[in-house]
Amino acid sequence: MPPPFSWIVAVAKFLYDFIVGDDWTVAAAVGIGLILSAILNANHIVAWWLIPVIVVGMLGVSLRRASRRSR
Amino acid sequence: MTGLWAVLITTFLASAVEAIEMVTIVVGVGATRGWRSTLIGAASGFGVLAVVVVVLGAALSRVPIGPLRLIVGALLLTFGLQWFRKGIMRVAARGLAGIGGQDPHEAAEWTGPGMDWTAWFLAFKGVVLEGLEVAFIVVTFGAGANQLGVAVIGGVGAIIVVGGIGLALHQTVRRIPRSLLQLIVGILLSTFGTFWAIEGLGIDWPGGDAAIPLLLVLYVATALTYIALERNRALGLRPAA
Repeated sequence: MPPPFSWIVAVAKFLYDFIVGDDWTVAAAVGIGLILSAILNANHIVAWWLIPVIVVGMLGVSLRRASRRSR
Repeated sequence: MTGLWAVLITTFLASAVEAIEMVTIVVGVGATRGWRSTLIGAASGFGVLAVVVVVLGAALSRVPIGPLRLIVGALLLTFGLQWFRKGIMRVAARGLAGIGGQDPHEAAEWTGPGMDWTAWFLAFKGVVLEGLEVAFIVVTFGAGANQLGVAVIGGVGAIIVVGGIGLALHQTVRRIPRSLLQLIVGILLSTFGTFWAIEGLGIDWPGGDAAIPLLLVLYVATALTYIALERNRALGLRPAA
C-alpha cells in the first residue's frame, strides 16, 4: 500500500484499537448510553444515572464473554 | 488587598481541583505505560494549551467547553473501561502477589524504541482538557475581579504545587503491582470519563463535583464484586480432586 493510504490505515487501526479495543460492544453501549442520556435530558428526565448503570452492567457482560472465550 | 488575596486563593483552590484530575491521569498513565511517552504527551498538551491561551486570551471564556468535555469524556470512558475490565480479570486470576511485572500476560510497560502513542494520547488529552478548565477559571475570575495577573499566578501556582506532589508520589505509585495499577487507572479514567461525558451533555450531577468520589466508590465496589465473582467462577471450573 503506498504511503498516504498506509498512514491513514495505520492511524485508523490505532484509533480503533485505542478507543474500541477487543470488545466493541462496550464502546457501542457507551455510545448508545450517551445518546439515550441526551434524549432523556432533552425531555427533562433525570439522566445522570444511565451511564454508571451501563458501565456496571456492560463490565459484567464483557467479563462473562471474556471468561467464556478463555475456557 | 483583600480582593487580591481572595482572587489568588479562589483561583488557586479552584485550579487545584482541576490540576488534581490532570496529575492523577498523568501519574497513573506514566506508572502503568512508562514515563517517557507520557511526559512527552503531557508536555505536548501544555504546548498546545500555551498556544491556545496566548492566541485566544480573554476570548477563551467563549470556547464551548461542553462539546469538548463530551468528546474527551467519552474517549476516556471507552478506553478506561478496557483497562477496568482487564484489571479485574488479571487481579482476579493472579491476586496481588507475584504480579510485579514478570508475568508475560501483564499489561506491559512500553519498551519499544518509538513513541507509545496510547500513553502520549491519554496524557495529552488529560492535560489539554484540565488545563483549559484551569485557563477558564483564571480568565473568568481574573477578568471578573479585574485581577488577571493575580489569577494567572493562582492558576499556574496550583498546577506547579499539585504537579510537584504528583512527581514526589510517582515512586510510591511505581511500587504498586502492575495489574492492580491498571485496575486503579482504569477505574479513575472511567470515573472522570463518566463525569465529563455526562457534564458535556449539559446534564447536572447531583452535588456537582462531589459526584466524582461517589462514582469512584461505585466503580471500586463494582471492581471488588466482579473480582470476587471471577474468582468464584474460576474455582467452580476446577476439577474435583
